[in-house]
Amino acid sequence: MAWFPEFMTLALIGGLGLALIAAPLGVFVVWQRQSYFGATLAHSALLGVSIGLFLETNLTLTVVVVSLLIAWAIFQLSHYKQLSSDTLLGILAHSSLAFGLIIISLQDSVQIDLMSYLFGDILSINTTDLGFIALIGVLIFLFYRKHWQDLLNITLNPELAHVEGVAVKKVQLQFILLLALMIALSMKIVGVLLVTSLLIIPAAAARRLANTPEKMLWISLILASLSVLIGLWLSYTADLPTGPAIVMVATVFFLLLLTKKAP
Amino acid sequence: MVTSSPLIEATNITQTFDQKTVLSQVSLRIHPKEIVTLIGPNGAGKSTLLKILLGLIPPTSGQVNVKKGLKIGFMPQKIQIDAALPMSVERFLKLGFKPNSQQRTSPNPPLKKRLKNLFFAADNDSTRLKEITKELNLSALLKHPIQQVSGGEMQRILLARALIREPELLVLDEPVQGVDIKGQAELYQYINQIRHKYGCGILMVSHDLHIVMQHTDQVLCLNQHICCSGHPKNVSESPEYQTLFSNLATPSEGIAIYEHHHDHTTCEHTHGQTPVATPSDSKAS
Repeated sequence: MAWFPEFMTLALIGGLGLALIAAPLGVFVVWQRQSYFGATLAHSALLGVSIGLFLETNLTLTVVVVSLLIAWAIFQLSHYKQLSSDTLLGILAHSSLAFGLIIISLQDSVQIDLMSYLFGDILSINTTDLGFIALIGVLIFLFYRKHWQDLLNITLNPELAHVEGVAVKKVQLQFILLLALMIALSMKIVGVLLVTSLLIIPAAAARRLANTPEKMLWISLILASLSVLIGLWLSYTADLPTGPAIVMVATVFFLLLLTKKAP
Repeated sequence: MVTSSPLIEATNITQTFDQKTVLSQVSLRIHPKEIVTLIGPNGAGKSTLLKILLGLIPPTSGQVNVKKGLKIGFMPQKIQIDAALPMSVERFLKLGFKPNSQQRTSPNPPLKKRLKNLFFAADNDSTRLKEITKELNLSALLKHPIQQVSGGEMQRILLARALIREPELLVLDEPVQGVDIKGQAELYQYINQIRHKYGCGILMVSHDLHIVMQHTDQVLCLNQHICCSGHPKNVSESPEYQTLFSNLATPSEGIAIYEHHHDHTTCEHTHGQTPVATPSDSKAS
């Protein structure tokens, strides 16, 4: 099939898989106003890349491990009351980005294309990445199956949720770790700078069509998938960079739905 | 009432934050069907005490003993719900049910129901929900987005949610906040009925003493330590109360805005030592 080469099949499966894991996390990122948190994790993913290059280990695996560690650090720091979480996230985001860039610059032997990490390089997706995406998809499915109502209650009021018997901290930590995993894996597809948009834009657009949390989840799943499909197609036919193309499509959906009043 | 074992019992609770003492040697007990009202000025440690009793923060020292398996209904002071979360009042109330609590009633539910139960709470028996929403005059609001209700409506919604769980102990943090005077009287009336109807103990934090005092069994005046406590009548006749509430309008003037002007130093001055009072103490006197 000349019009549909094999690398596009991998990109398509990877992209759709990403949309399916981004949407359920994205709705809670929007509901809990955590988009800056996502951005911080994305920046720290670049630190993972440079450490991976430095140690000459599997990059995906290194990025996953570093992101999980940073997510855990953020979770612990969030109980530290003297600085606002906004400030703390800003410090973590940019310090990890700076360290990442310094470590990369110290390795003269390595020539890496930073652009592909900042904006994504969907052609670099391989079957290992697909395996990772499938794995985290299963994890998210199991987590949501067990904790959907708990997550909603935590979003409404953590103290009330605690009194009603929800293991608030445990659920929050698991959610943050899943978010870190998703961001680490999506870096290849949309890049560090655009990861957060894949989380929040489909969810924000879905708000316009939804009157229950569940509907918002399903609609953002559909919108995220459509954004990936159309974005990939545009990228392939019009030779646009893939990550930006996907984000552009999602933004068009958002803008179109802005004209509609939220129910 | 006094002979039954307490639902919750706090003994010598002390809480310090960064070497600043917020609570000192506070003890209290709540029995079934008993209303205990906590009053005190801003910064007296009311919220901190509530959080300790609810298990949200561990006390620096002291003990909280809770009846085994105690079901608590909690009404937080205020709740901020982001407009991005689409949620009706009805859904908010139903989220108070335990997830999948009734799922096991039939061993082989139809596939569609099983798929639904996979993620979402099974449809609970909604008679209690209907009953409570009717009593609190919320039926017309059920389909409204929760972000659009008024302050007074929100208080009733939060109370309904606390009650839906069939609590044995109801903890209400400033329940009449943002409710107009007429609504306040109605709400207190309803809270008073609750304890007889559902047999639960009630712990309430309040600013305005007068309306509360008509129904409450035990008033605890908190200002880092318990300044005075006891049955409202006894308390209002005690010299401690007179000093504490010297700038209150007389109760016969109806509803008055309660303001607590004394600070910790005068409180210390008045009492010298820290009195530790429990409901049983007051009943015995």
